[in-house]
Amino acid sequence: MADVSPRTDTSTDADTEDKNLRFQINQSQGMVASDGSDKYRDQKTLRRLAQNREAARKSRLRKKAYVQQLESSRMKLTQLEQELQRARQQGIFVSSSGDQSQSMGGNGALAFDVEYARWLEEHNRRINELRGAVNSHAGDGELRIIVDGVLAHYDSIFRIKGDAAKADVFHILSGMWKTPAERCFLWLGGFRSSELLKLLINHLEPLTEQQLSSINNLQQSSQQAEDALSQGMEALQQSLAETLAGSLGPSASSGNVANYMGQMAMAMGKLGTLEGFIRQADNLRQQTLQHMHHILTTRQSARALLAINDYFSRLRALSSLWLARPRE
Amino acid sequence: MDRIRELASKKAAVIFTKSSCCMCYSTKQLFYELGASPAVHELDKEARGREMELALRGLGCNPSVPAVFIGGVFVGSTTDVISLHVDGSLKQMLIDAKAIWF
Repeated sequence: MADVSPRTDTSTDADTEDKNLRFQINQSQGMVASDGSDKYRDQKTLRRLAQNREAARKSRLRKKAYVQQLESSRMKLTQLEQELQRARQQGIFVSSSGDQSQSMGGNGALAFDVEYARWLEEHNRRINELRGAVNSHAGDGELRIIVDGVLAHYDSIFRIKGDAAKADVFHILSGMWKTPAERCFLWLGGFRSSELLKLLINHLEPLTEQQLSSINNLQQSSQQAEDALSQGMEALQQSLAETLAGSLGPSASSGNVANYMGQMAMAMGKLGTLEGFIRQADNLRQQTLQHMHHILTTRQSARALLAINDYFSRLRALSSLWLARPRE
Repeated sequence: MDRIRELASKKAAVIFTKSSCCMCYSTKQLFYELGASPAVHELDKEARGREMELALRGLGCNPSVPAVFIGGVFVGSTTDVISLHVDGSLKQMLIDAKAIWF
């Protein structure tokens, strides 16, 4: 029996459907009439068979549509993965979990995160320029211009952080704008200069006796300033805890509302000083970088900046690896 | 202002603070770490504290506390102290004023 069912026909029009059914039935009936061998196939059976064919055809069409949808989703996913990969390579942290919901808290936090990402992109561009100059044995004059540019660019992030700390000191302190591994080493909203210098000393050879002594003094001074600021922060925490604890206990009756309010006001004042600590910590970082540059030759400064960047890049890469690790 | 000058000249290292100020605490700690024993005057405990605070502001000290004097000379607040410490100048000033010996 010649099968003339229109399999390639994509029309799903109801009328067409009925016509197809009738066409198929008539065809079958026609065959039966001339052949005569299939007299057990009555109208009902033929109709059922035709309907099955129709259902199968529709099913095939649905499957085709579904597969097409899957294909285009897969393409989109590949595209997104590539973008993510590119962003991660540039050291821009992109959260793959629910982290982002926290940075949305308050315009200040989100705005800073965006500014920081932009700053980092520009920083990486300058570092690549510096690396190119060092590797191609550029002259001191050219190196100095690039190094000065990198240092001036560092100044701008400290300024941006200062503004952001005024708007949302807790966001800066939280370090949520940095990658997880960097956050491990967070001190007062940023890196520890003394630790950085410790890492650098081995990468700066050859150093003169004078330079070595100066770098060691700088490392020690930085450490002392860090300790002093840390102790101030501890004193602040202690003071804040005492202020809040003072309003606890059974004396918290309606008559002591004024007391409570007074203590809250005092606690608010203390929180206000946090911004000052971040500012001093950033000031310390800035001064340390400047003085390091002052002690070293241009070429040594260039190598120092490259080494610092390598270190932080590795921390950021580690964070990416960590976030992408396979989990049970 | 006279009271400030008077107190500032009495010892090689003098710091004006407020008892509740934690940044003042940090600055004191830094001096102790360097082996100095600065004279500390808490403005909120001084009779003419308000006047003294205004005088310090007049000197350009911002914030007004902590205000550091070495050898009777006004050095600045925390930002200045940290900057001078990083480049080694603070230690030298203290040595010159005989607040420390090495």
